[in-house]
Amino acid sequence: MAGSGKAHLRSSEDVILRVEDLVVEFPARKGQVVHAVSGISFDVARGETLGLVGESGCGKSTTGRALLQLPPPTSGTVTLDGDELTSLEGKAMMRRRTDIQMIFQDPISSLNPRRTISKIVAEPLDVWGPKDEAEQQRLISDILDAVGIDPESAAYKRPHEYSGGQCQRISIARALVMEPKVIICDEPVSALDVSVQAQILNMLEDLKAKYGLTLVFIAHDLAVVKNISDRVAVMYLGKICEIGESDELYASPAHPYTKLLIESHPEPDPHAEVDESVVVGGDIPSPLDPPSGCRFRTRCEFADATCSTDEPQMREVGPAHFVACHHPLRLAQSH
Amino acid sequence: MGVEVLSTDAMSGASDALLTVTDLRTHFHVGEHVVKAVDGVSLTVHKGKTLGIVGESGSGKTVLSRSIMGINTAPNIETSGSVTYNGTELVGSSRSTMRKLWGAEMSMVFQDPMTSLNPVVKVGRQVTEHLRSHQGVSKSEARQAAIELLKWVRIPEPEKRLENYPHQMSGGMRQRVCIAIALACGPKLLFADEPTTALDVTVQHQILNLLSQQQRERDMAMVLVTHDLGVVATRTDEIAVMYAGRVVEQASTSTLFDDMRHPYTQSLFWSIPKTSEPKHTRLSAIVGRPPNLAALPPGCSFAARCPYAQDVCREQAPELQPTEDPSHLFACHLPVGSDEGRRALEVNVQLGLPQAKSAALRATVAGGGR
Repeated sequence: MAGSGKAHLRSSEDVILRVEDLVVEFPARKGQVVHAVSGISFDVARGETLGLVGESGCGKSTTGRALLQLPPPTSGTVTLDGDELTSLEGKAMMRRRTDIQMIFQDPISSLNPRRTISKIVAEPLDVWGPKDEAEQQRLISDILDAVGIDPESAAYKRPHEYSGGQCQRISIARALVMEPKVIICDEPVSALDVSVQAQILNMLEDLKAKYGLTLVFIAHDLAVVKNISDRVAVMYLGKICEIGESDELYASPAHPYTKLLIESHPEPDPHAEVDESVVVGGDIPSPLDPPSGCRFRTRCEFADATCSTDEPQMREVGPAHFVACHHPLRLAQSH
Repeated sequence: MGVEVLSTDAMSGASDALLTVTDLRTHFHVGEHVVKAVDGVSLTVHKGKTLGIVGESGSGKTVLSRSIMGINTAPNIETSGSVTYNGTELVGSSRSTMRKLWGAEMSMVFQDPMTSLNPVVKVGRQVTEHLRSHQGVSKSEARQAAIELLKWVRIPEPEKRLENYPHQMSGGMRQRVCIAIALACGPKLLFADEPTTALDVTVQHQILNLLSQQQRERDMAMVLVTHDLGVVATRTDEIAVMYAGRVVEQASTSTLFDDMRHPYTQSLFWSIPKTSEPKHTRLSAIVGRPPNLAALPPGCSFAARCPYAQDVCREQAPELQPTEDPSHLFACHLPVGSDEGRRALEVNVQLGLPQAKSAALRATVAGGGR
């Protein structure tokens, strides 16, 4: 895997967020470099939910943060509604950031424990919103209502008085109050119990319809990502291996890694077939020294000499379904 | 502590029972309150079989397994009821009795492979600690045994890995080490408490395969504790679903999924997104939150969130009872699939209960039963 290339990018005017050749590297000891994200490209259409799925260390969270320029990527471009974010600086970037908001994994630690809920939600407004108190109060009440938090008690309650699910609702309210164009959700439900997780996923779908939101949804749980996303991009070791419409991608994965992920996912079905032969392998290589060519080749059963020398480029294998692999599965099957 | 309850009823007719738990209660005294983390659980684990214990956080599944193992020992914890392992009563037994059982007869794999290993001791010594204390083997024999053990859990280059400290290994490798430690003395019963929750999905798959493989080879019984219905679906013979410190439904794995009778089991199943469903499938979330374990309601503890609940549920706690199938038990007055249940759901739909509306909608989509 590991593909580069931009064959999968769309040219339509509906594209609100476009990422090209995004590279994020961090310095490590002894002059080494952590290749967290290595040249990925994708776009998100207005009103669409793009799921980013992958295992720990694949660069999905780093990608999400790089969209917000936190920190700015090493190279590559992030274009939001025609504006190139990587070239903005200082105040201009701060202003533009109100259009992209983020929801984090741990709902409790992402809220200031010493502030009341109203203050937490009001903070973005204090910086960029209307300064008129009554107007602020109206906005805060509306948004808390929309996420199912009682605005009256929010005026005096603090985060510890709420459960994890409720804190995540408050985080969502804080993100929404700026009326952002894009919301980046970084594992927003993985710290929650399944029953609460369903509440938050349903609410995100409702809010998306109500406010016309565009979401980038980052998660490791394949079923969660499929449920909420219109399109899904699968990441591995800083690269995108495959991107496609959710139902199509899950029904006929073209990349061996996507297939491995889907087969490893435990479905709550006692009659499902389980491949019990796999007991070894599967540690992700170090991002300090990623494999040459296709980055998945060290774990791939189809890998050959080409995979270690040439990096696969994105190519179309189905309608709006792209894969970066020298030996995509569905081509092999049709032979 | 140490109430003697002779569990002859539970034992009879189950000659292959390895572990029998009868009316186990674990209560935590916290200030003025009594937190009833486990409140009257009865279970049987059969030789060589796997029992799955499923529940959300706070349902008491971890406290239950720790109570059975006898490792809940803080002074504010009160344990009553009976746990019989191969005829030996464990509740109230001395620490020296337990020490003979731990590792040799029953052992445990914990959720977090990062913190369950000692960070300043080499992996090799940790793996053989049990062997050295239980079987008194020499240092060089222990080293050989450690290599064997690491081979069993499929750790490549075991000789080299013995010299590693835990931080030099990945999470998956560390969990393999923990499994090797648990298996070292050939226990008959393994408790695996969320063994794969901290791991990536491909690694989870391998670790679960490894556990099933070892279990078959050793004819070992296993209790798999998890919040994930997906993990237990294909890995267990029997499942007990816990809610607020009690078992609410118990059945063989296929029966539980194909014929779920307790509304909580059904709600939990419906709230999970599945890769087999099309995108944007509306999930049936469970409304509200689990009850406070220090102030449980008088009736059924799920009543406040249940689509079917009527007055009887709020007043009277239902007992865990068998169905036509004696191995399928559930604790519900108005079970899923019964005429009373259907009527109760209709009443609640008319009352406008959100959970009833979504359950009724979901039932028509799913085609009745479940």
